[in-house]
Amino acid sequence: MKKLKLISRLTIALSALLLISAYFIPLWQIVMWAPQYPEGLEMKIWIDNITGDVKIISALNHYIGMRHIEVSMFPEFGYMIYIVAFVIGFGILTSIVNRRYMLAAYTALLLACGTAALVDFYLWGYDYGHNLDPTAAIIVPGMAYQPPVIGTKQLLNFTAYSGPDLGGWFFIIAGILAIATLIFEVFTSRKKI
Amino acid sequence: MKNKVLLGTAVILAAFSIYGCKPQAPQSAAIGDAASRVYVPPGQYDEFYNIVSGGFNGQLSIYGIPSGRLIKILPVFSVFPENGYGYSEETKPMLNTSHGFVPWDDLHHVAISTTKGEHDGRWVFANGNNTPRVARVSLKSFRTEEILEIPNSGGNHSSPFITENTEYVIAGTRFSVPMGGKDVAISSYKENFKGSISFIKVDSVSGHMNIAFQLRTPGFNFDLSRAGKGPSHGWFFFSCYNTEQAYTLLEVNASQKDKDFIMAVNWKKAEEYLAQGKGKVEKVKYAHNVYSEKTHSATSTIRNEVTVLDISELPEIVYFIPCPKSPHGTDVDPTGEYIVGSGKLAATMPVFSFTKIQNAIANKEFEGDFDGIPVIKYEAALHGEVQKPGLGPLHTEFDGKGNAYTSMFVSSEIVKWNVKTLEILDRVPTYYSIGHLSVPGGPTKTPHGKYVIAYNKITKDRYLPTGPELTQSAQLYDISGDKMRLLLDFPTTGEPHYAEAIPASMIQANSLKFFKIEENEHPFAAKGEGQARVERKGKEVHVYMTAIRSHLTPDNIEGVNVGDDVFFHVTNLEQDWDVPHGFAIKGANNAEILIMPGETQTFLWKPLSTGVFPFYCTDFCSALHQEMSGYIRISAAGVKTPLKFSTGKIEGEQPTGAGN
Repeated sequence: MKKLKLISRLTIALSALLLISAYFIPLWQIVMWAPQYPEGLEMKIWIDNITGDVKIISALNHYIGMRHIEVSMFPEFGYMIYIVAFVIGFGILTSIVNRRYMLAAYTALLLACGTAALVDFYLWGYDYGHNLDPTAAIIVPGMAYQPPVIGTKQLLNFTAYSGPDLGGWFFIIAGILAIATLIFEVFTSRKKI
Repeated sequence: MKNKVLLGTAVILAAFSIYGCKPQAPQSAAIGDAASRVYVPPGQYDEFYNIVSGGFNGQLSIYGIPSGRLIKILPVFSVFPENGYGYSEETKPMLNTSHGFVPWDDLHHVAISTTKGEHDGRWVFANGNNTPRVARVSLKSFRTEEILEIPNSGGNHSSPFITENTEYVIAGTRFSVPMGGKDVAISSYKENFKGSISFIKVDSVSGHMNIAFQLRTPGFNFDLSRAGKGPSHGWFFFSCYNTEQAYTLLEVNASQKDKDFIMAVNWKKAEEYLAQGKGKVEKVKYAHNVYSEKTHSATSTIRNEVTVLDISELPEIVYFIPCPKSPHGTDVDPTGEYIVGSGKLAATMPVFSFTKIQNAIANKEFEGDFDGIPVIKYEAALHGEVQKPGLGPLHTEFDGKGNAYTSMFVSSEIVKWNVKTLEILDRVPTYYSIGHLSVPGGPTKTPHGKYVIAYNKITKDRYLPTGPELTQSAQLYDISGDKMRLLLDFPTTGEPHYAEAIPASMIQANSLKFFKIEENEHPFAAKGEGQARVERKGKEVHVYMTAIRSHLTPDNIEGVNVGDDVFFHVTNLEQDWDVPHGFAIKGANNAEILIMPGETQTFLWKPLSTGVFPFYCTDFCSALHQEMSGYIRISAAGVKTPLKFSTGKIEGEQPTGAGN
């Protein structure tokens, strides 16, 4: 059972602690600009909520048959707080237990969570953008309004941008820290052999 | 022969040279880089808000400076069919008076609220000259929030000038009248007619106005006024004309005396008398109208008492200072030391010194009295006279560099002079016949300077002609250098009298974007489509209607009869900036209403004939604005059509869930 270096234990603890920010700051953001909205309309995705100009975005989207965005649309908001808590706990435990297999497991868990979140977001976006009210006032043949998972996309008169918010960046840093620590551990132990 | 030719040539040359001697019209064009100085590129903002009185249109208009672009017309004392002000049930009480509903007034002057003598950007006050009133307008919502009628006044011209910390707004009567509606002979003027100056206390938090006291004065006309500031804080200065006490053909009979008065009022002294209970409570009748942004409604209360301090019985409140020939403007410079009197028929312009006035009072340097009020010796109060300033001086504004700018109505020019040395520094023509003028922050302790704006009475040939009634205008001059330079002409609505300009930075960030729907306390609000309904109470039908892009709920209404009073209480459910909805109905003897996001407004309709009447949103709100409409069915009186209302319901089908 390989033990970890002190510096590795600290970076893993730091990686786990960074995730606590998810309870206080938004994780993801979607910003939309149109000729009539030069200041942009914002939507912030939190661990258990969605805030910003949601009502305005919903009011505009109803013309093209998109549903009203409601917190209740996202069962994720019910359990995400527990998943993130589990990941934080696992990270702290890794630092305490001080075993490389734990580090590997933590890194895998973190990457799996991130991937799952993006896949989940894509699936929601696909449904939200494709599953349109057939009685909508404006129907553009062949047009779907799936928001970009990450990056920028033109949707009729709107330019939509999707990307991490501050909390999301902390998640990314946490992931990079975990991967870097794992690589560091693997390389430094090989040299010793 | 040769001589004859020479002679002929000489005659022709002489004729041309005489023609050449004919004076040229004055140079009237802007020069140099004027265009770039007033050009505000698309998408950029002006540097100042210019809040301009509309005179006989009873409104305020808001312009951007330096571009001169009209941004908004803001109704104050006049009905405004464009947005339903004075037509909606909520705003009708704003124009209530002791004489009933008065739909119009003549708005002459504005005063932006100040703290410590400097603009604070909270409110602007305005006077109603005809049916005496003072209004308070919010610079957050750009709406009229309060109107107070002034009792014992014959016309509110000398108003709404304010003290340093907006403690008081002033309302001085233009015409003296018999008090208490007494039925007396007009020729009994000297005996029965009295003047009245109201000190309106302003609540420092809410801005609410109430008349703290009135000064009862001798009967003559009060024209304009200014509060002291700095060392002269606690005093107020009024110009008086018609000290001849004429009651007919005033243009001759009120212009006889060599000097009229500037009336200096020690209002701190008046406050002392008031605290000592020296005021007399008189029975009067006046309306006090307040608009609430919570209930989105105005309430009008009739008040019945006012406290009067009689200056003939209470010494040391008032002193008269002789001032040449029917003074119009009386303006106090930024230091508070100098008071400029503009005798509109006089050849010189006196500047009085506050220190000298105080010394004259202390040393009793009086030349006599008027109805028992001491008249200070002219020379004892005088700092000096501006010699040959121009013809018809009316008003004076100040920059922050010790200079004064006086408008000359008759000679149609602005004259710049030094307040201390009284030396004339520059003069520029105006087109034509300037009345008021404004330097941004001009009446404050720290003028913002940079420009002077002229508000002209005549435009004549300056714009494309539009029949007998021509536009009014303003002109913008650069005063940053030694010489004033004309930059821009811009047309104005109504007739501009006084105006103030304030840096955009003091207003812009506070501007309200919409009303929060959850804070709407209107008794007839429908704060969601689920609350939309129709209720009948005898002959009254109340429609609780909602408006959101792009439908009205309910949009099908039946069961209403000829002879009913139909109240459409329309709540705009939008919570986004710049999404008002409008409401109008065919044949209504009413104007439309405009409803701002989060607001409720009520449209009263009295159907006079049977049929189905369309109604619709009048403010282009969305791509489906044209679809934002509905029908109301009107049955004959006595016919019992069942009361029905809906939106999105098609008879015999399941509802489609309107709009979602």
